[in-house]
Amino acid sequence: MKTEDLVSLLSTGGVAVDFRLPSRRWLLALAGGALIAFFLTAGLLKLNPTLWHETLEPMFWVRESYCAVLGVLGFVTAVRLARPGSRLGLVPMGIPVAVIAMWVLAVVTLVVASPQDRARLILGHSAGVCPFLIALVAAPLLIAFLWVMRSLAPTQLRWAGVASGFAAGSIGALVYTLHCPELAAPFLGIWYLLGMLIPTAIGAWLGPRVLRW
Amino acid sequence: MQLIEERLRSLMLQGLAGDAAAYRMFLDELTTHLRSYLRRRLGGLPDEVEDLLQELLLAVHNKRHTYDPKQPLTAWVQAIARYKLVDLLRRRSRGDALTDPLDEDDQVFSTTDNDAAEAKYDVVKLLRGLPDRQRLPILYVKIEGASVTDAAVRTGMSESAVKVGIHRGLKALAERIRSIG
Repeated sequence: MKTEDLVSLLSTGGVAVDFRLPSRRWLLALAGGALIAFFLTAGLLKLNPTLWHETLEPMFWVRESYCAVLGVLGFVTAVRLARPGSRLGLVPMGIPVAVIAMWVLAVVTLVVASPQDRARLILGHSAGVCPFLIALVAAPLLIAFLWVMRSLAPTQLRWAGVASGFAAGSIGALVYTLHCPELAAPFLGIWYLLGMLIPTAIGAWLGPRVLRW
Repeated sequence: MQLIEERLRSLMLQGLAGDAAAYRMFLDELTTHLRSYLRRRLGGLPDEVEDLLQELLLAVHNKRHTYDPKQPLTAWVQAIARYKLVDLLRRRSRGDALTDPLDEDDQVFSTTDNDAAEAKYDVVKLLRGLPDRQRLPILYVKIEGASVTDAAVRTGMSESAVKVGIHRGLKALAERIRSIG
């Protein structure tokens, strides 16, 4: 076939397109994924009955901000990686900064705590299950983000998978806080982070496999 | 370079707002730049140039909703061209026959080439393998030049189904071309 004929085929008939399509799909995936994550948390895990009481503690808001900031950074990175040739800027750099800030807070917490309290600050009541439950709650978000990513045009497939996974993991963690009673910085710096990294690793593995176009 | 950016960007934006003539000019000009770029990059595989060029044009068309008007158009095209080139080389795994495909300095928009050849495959033939819901809308609207409304009447489909059929059909064609190539 002549290239000229292909050009004429492509430029005949409806060529108009809506630029808002990608943002609309991202918002739909975010809302839909978060809603299913909420139902998983409320239905399978039950909401934390002392949640309202905990909102009085500063660490509650530290935890919410930690997950929310990582979620926003991961999500913006994913959105940018879905467009060919767009610049990431400094956004992904914010992720290690937020994690290190939590680690600094964790070290300070452990140093000032009495020695017999330290194990409890690190392990809480749910260290063994927390990362897996975060990964479970994040699963619908990961599927939704990869679905949007597929409909767009990522050119770095591995990184597009990583960003989708990390965004899903951290937003999933934010939803999971509605169930989880843990507020200690060492716990958040270790087990929450691991929970976010499980979908990140799955995204890294899936990226080159499902995002090719 | 700046001139090319401004002209192509304005043609693309007019095209995406529904101006088919501007969109055609955009694709025509893009073709000459991409062909020249691919001839340089695929020095060892001259037969692949026109195939990959058409695959690229289909990719640009099918992914045109991912262009952000705030972003330079040339950077968008360059990223798609590099992605498709690397993808082709990976499928071939014949890197030895080629110059370095990842050379950052080589720009799509530095030269043009009007010396067209024909690609190995024929989109019209490939079209026959598609389901009617995709094949007929493409045949009526994209090849015969009928309006979406006419195509909807002739196929008994709704207008939005015709549009979806065209979109999915062109995506399926791009997949097929990719698996042949």
